[in-house]
Amino acid sequence: MKSVVANYMISRKWLLLALVILLILLPFVLSDFRVNLLGRYLAFAILVIGLDLLWGYMGVLSLGHGIFFGLGAYIMGIHLKMEASSGGLPDFMMWSGMTELPWFWTVLQHPVIAILAGIIVPMIIAVILGFFTFRNRIQDVYFTILTQALVMVTVTLLISRQDVTGGTNGLTGFSTIFGFSLSDPATQRVIYYVTLGCLVIILLICSRLINSLFGKALIAIRDGENRLRFSGYDTSMFKVLVFTISAGIAGLAGMLFVMQVGIISPTQIGIIPSIEMILWVAIGGRGTLIGPVIGAILTNSAKTFFSESYPDIWLYFLGAVFVIVVIFLPGGLMSLGKKLKRRNSNEKGQTNSKADYSAS
Amino acid sequence: MKKGKQTAKQIILQAKNTSVKFGAFFAVKDFSFMVREGELHFLIGPNGAGKTTFLDLVCGKTRESEGSLILKEKHDLSKLKEFEIVRKGVGRKFQAPSVFGNLTVWENLELSMKQDKRLSHILRAKPNQEKDAEIKEMLALIGLSEQKDEQARLLSHGQKQWLEMGMVMMQKPSLLMLDEPIAGMTEEEEEKTGELLLKMKEKCAIIVVEHDMEFVRKYSEKVTVMHEGQLLCEGTMDDIQGNERVMEVYLGRKGDTADASTPAARSVV
Repeated sequence: MKSVVANYMISRKWLLLALVILLILLPFVLSDFRVNLLGRYLAFAILVIGLDLLWGYMGVLSLGHGIFFGLGAYIMGIHLKMEASSGGLPDFMMWSGMTELPWFWTVLQHPVIAILAGIIVPMIIAVILGFFTFRNRIQDVYFTILTQALVMVTVTLLISRQDVTGGTNGLTGFSTIFGFSLSDPATQRVIYYVTLGCLVIILLICSRLINSLFGKALIAIRDGENRLRFSGYDTSMFKVLVFTISAGIAGLAGMLFVMQVGIISPTQIGIIPSIEMILWVAIGGRGTLIGPVIGAILTNSAKTFFSESYPDIWLYFLGAVFVIVVIFLPGGLMSLGKKLKRRNSNEKGQTNSKADYSAS
Repeated sequence: MKKGKQTAKQIILQAKNTSVKFGAFFAVKDFSFMVREGELHFLIGPNGAGKTTFLDLVCGKTRESEGSLILKEKHDLSKLKEFEIVRKGVGRKFQAPSVFGNLTVWENLELSMKQDKRLSHILRAKPNQEKDAEIKEMLALIGLSEQKDEQARLLSHGQKQWLEMGMVMMQKPSLLMLDEPIAGMTEEEEEKTGELLLKMKEKCAIIVVEHDMEFVRKYSEKVTVMHEGQLLCEGTMDDIQGNERVMEVYLGRKGDTADASTPAARSVV
C-alpha cells in the first residue's frame, strides 16, 4: 500500500517539474500576445492554490475571494495609475471634480509600500473577517453566503465611490511599472517570469504545509471538526490562519494580474469571477494543489480558444465541459490518471490513494 | 504507568447538583456524580434520561445552568473552552464513530496524541521516534496494526469505533467518556470492545453510557441510573437490579416515560 502512495507522490512531483519546464519554454515559441494571456492564467493559478488550501483541504468554501484578489489588483492599479499621472491627479478624479489626492493614493505611490500592501491589506481584512466568523462558529453554507454578500458589498462600494476608485470603469490607462514601459514586450516577459516564479514558490510553500502535521490537521477539520476540537485543538484559529494565507495569496495574484491586463474593474472581481475561481479548483481536482493550478490554466485557455473559434456558442462548450467534469470526474482532472490506472489493473485497494479526498 | 493506589483514590470528576435547562425543560436536574481514579463507571437510563447531555456538559459542549463540575479536585470545567477541557485531561468518544476519514489510521492517531496542540507548535511539529513507538503501541492495543496505512473511511464500523477509542486514549486522558461504544457491533466485536475497556481502565477513569444491559452486567463495577435528568440510584449491577424504582422505570412505566421525555431529549442530544 505504501508503495502505491509513494508512487503517486513521485508522479505528482514529476508532473510539477514537467509543467514548470513547459511554462519556462512556452514564451520562446508563443507570440507576445499569447505570452501575456498565459501570464494572466498563471496569476489565476496562484490564486487557486490558496483557495485549494481553504476549500480543498480544509473544506471551507469561500465564494468571496474576488474581494482579496480585487484588493491586490486595485492596490497595484492605484500605484500604476499614480505612475501614469506622475504624481498628479489622475484623469477620472478631475472629471469627478476632485481637487486633492485621497491619502491612500498618496501612500501607494511608493512601489515597495504598494507591493507589501497588496498582500498585507487582504490578509488584515481576512484576519478580522475570519476571527469574527470562525470564532462564532459560522460554518459551512452560512459562511459561504456571507462571503457572497461581502463580494456584493465590495462591488457596490467600488462603484459608488467613483471619485476615488474609478467606478464601473475601474482603473486603466497605465503606462509604466517601476519605470519600465508596460507596452514593451520585454517588460511583459519579465512580468511573466516573475509570475511563474511566484507560482512555483507559493506551490512549494503550500505543499510543505500540506505534508506537515498542520496539513493533516486541515484535512481533519474537513472530515470532522468536532472530533478535532474535542481532541484538544482550537480549530477556529486554524481556520483563521488558512483563510488569511489564502487571502494574501489572492492579493498577490491580483497584483500580478493587473500588471498584465492593464485594467481592473468591479466586474473582474464580482460574484461571477469569484464563483469561477472555485470551478477551476473543482475541475483541476480539489485537495491536490497542482490540480487546481492545471485546472486554472486549462480552463482559461479553453475559454480563450472557444471564444476565438466559436464566438457564438463558446459559452455552451464551456458549460458542457463543466458538466462533464462534475459528472464523470468528481475528483477533477487529477483523478483521471488514477481512474485509468484502476481500470487497467484489477488489484484491490487501488482506491487507497492519499490524494483521494473527493469522498466526503 | 500509573496504577491506582489502593488507599484514597483520587477523585477524578465531581459533579455537584448540576442542572441543564433547555427552555423550561430540564435535561439534567440537580444531578450529582463522582468518578474516582481507575473506575469503570456505567451510566444507564431510559432514552432521554439525560446521560448524553451530562457527557456534553462535562466536555463543554453544553453548559450547566446550575451546579459545579470539578476535575481532579482543582479545575472548574464550567470556565474552560472545549479544547481547554481536553487539554486538562477529559477525553470524549462520540456515539456515532467520528474519525478523520481521509487520513490514514496512523495519521488519525498521530494528530490525536498528547502534544502541544497550539497552532504555533503544530506548524513546526516534526515526526519523531518516540511518537512512533507510542502510536505502534496503541495500534496493537486497538488491534489495527495491519490497517495502519489504510484510510479511516475504509474501515468497518467496529474498527472505526476502536480507532476513535484509540484516538481518545492517545490524549492520555485522566477521564474517558464513551457514548454507547458497542451500538451496532457484532457479538464478537462487543467482546473485543469489552476487553479493550478493561485494558483502558488501567490508565484512566472511564464513564460509559450504555443501553445493552448484558454488556453492562458483564463489565461494570459501578452503575449509576439516571431518570428524567435525575439520579435514580447508584451501586453495583446487583444493587441496581434489586432496586424497585429502577424496575418501575425500566419495566412498569416504560411506555409513558418514553412518551414524555423522548422527543424533547432527541432534539437536544
